[in-house]
Amino acid sequence: MKHLLSAGDLDRAQAVTILDTAAAMAATQERQIKKLPTLRGRTVVNLFFEDSTRTRISFETAAKRLSADVINFSAKGSSVSKGESLKDTAQTLQAMGADAVVIRHHASGAPHRLAHAGWTAGAVVNAGDGTHQHPTQALLDAYTLRRHLVGLRGGTDPVGHDLAGLHVAIVGDVLHSRVARSNVQLLHTLGARVTLVAPPTLVPVGVESWTADVSYHLDDVLDQGPDAVMMLRVQRERMGGGGFFPSPWEYTRGYGLDARRLARLPEHAIVMHPGPMNRGLEISADAADADRSVVVEQVANGVAVRMAVLYLVLAGQEQPTVDGQIGASA
Amino acid sequence: MSVPANTAASGGDPVEILGAGDMSRALTRIGHEILERNHGAEHLVLLGIPTRGVPLARRLAAGLARVEPGLDAGALVGDLDVTMYRDDLAHQPTRSVGATALPAGGLDGKVVVLVDDVLFSGRTIRAALDAISDLGRPRAVQLAVLVDRGHRQLPIRADFVGKNLPTSAGERVRVLLSETDGRDAVLLEGARR
Repeated sequence: MKHLLSAGDLDRAQAVTILDTAAAMAATQERQIKKLPTLRGRTVVNLFFEDSTRTRISFETAAKRLSADVINFSAKGSSVSKGESLKDTAQTLQAMGADAVVIRHHASGAPHRLAHAGWTAGAVVNAGDGTHQHPTQALLDAYTLRRHLVGLRGGTDPVGHDLAGLHVAIVGDVLHSRVARSNVQLLHTLGARVTLVAPPTLVPVGVESWTADVSYHLDDVLDQGPDAVMMLRVQRERMGGGGFFPSPWEYTRGYGLDARRLARLPEHAIVMHPGPMNRGLEISADAADADRSVVVEQVANGVAVRMAVLYLVLAGQEQPTVDGQIGASA
Repeated sequence: MSVPANTAASGGDPVEILGAGDMSRALTRIGHEILERNHGAEHLVLLGIPTRGVPLARRLAAGLARVEPGLDAGALVGDLDVTMYRDDLAHQPTRSVGATALPAGGLDGKVVVLVDDVLFSGRTIRAALDAISDLGRPRAVQLAVLVDRGHRQLPIRADFVGKNLPTSAGERVRVLLSETDGRDAVLLEGARR
């Protein structure tokens, strides 16, 4: 695996390999000494053009647990605010010897451009681009689903298994959600059935071609007994003038997860949320703090999954060189 | 873990160095040597290095349990994956990471016997020593291997050896075990070009 740009690029075997590697990484994180020497001497750059706390910290923790050097680059307070282009930024990082670039960008497709334009020889990992993809979030969601719902259910990691037969409802602002896009692709690849639930105004154009069912009625879907409900954040910052739903109160009444709806779920079903949560809007405090809510565990699993991804893109390759430049050969 | 020097599959049929009976006798002898050296099985932990060290450690533990009454073979054996401690990760195709499972008592104060199939460059064992130091502080670490084929690149030696096998660097030693390969044998390949 050279880059991780989209959840749709992964086939079943690759996805299962990442989840299995994440399970091995998670096991090392229960030890007293959590740091591994695996990526010693490698440099990982966190290139964040969009605000993010948990994803950046998660990647930073993952890289440091593997002994890589981490450089954090955020667009605020950098030359980007002076008008530097992505290309110039990337070439600067290449000159500094970045082995991997973890990029978050407000423009869909920026990681793909970075990976294929020849500006940098390092591995590129997409940490969220526009409304397009967020593959590591989908992987950590799949990992969490597998731990709780496959095999012994909550015991040991069911290494080698996919998610065949599971039914997952993804509820809320699908239109603006890269998490939903990545999850629909990855969960389908792993054999799960996905139902998207959203008001008609928050369903993207062209959703018929997605590998998921669509429903406008949350209560109907809950009555089907899904194994997991994934609540999406209402992304008000991407909604411009609004008009997607009449009022927050009405959105909550139609699509919010509260104690009443929680009680309709099957005994074993889990509640997920990629965070940050709008408590009282898409999820009530009762639901967010319920025993079956795995929101906090998702954050912990994120570190293990990102360790696995960094290991798989960095551990097995030669030191990168760019044609026409003096490469940092070993 | 056998780390072969990559040779093309050159001429010469594989030569069988150890058969199933030889292997069983060698493991029995190693088991007795471990008990003799450590005055019994108290504080002993056997750690197999994947892939083939794992079943070998299980067999050794079962052998110890036959000799020492009251010994629980399952409680003194574990697996030690060293992939993330290797020094050659950047020069190889990506290796899949295996699982590490320690006996319930951990490693502190124990005598750890590392178990592997072939001792070659010694780099796997160096990685294993690093992995152990992250997991605890054993009182001593010893090394048991089925085959020592020479060509060490580090100052590492085995305490218990099933078979010393002088080889040339271009040859390849393959250990087959019934658990993973369907039968027990040690083969020497590429013996003559």
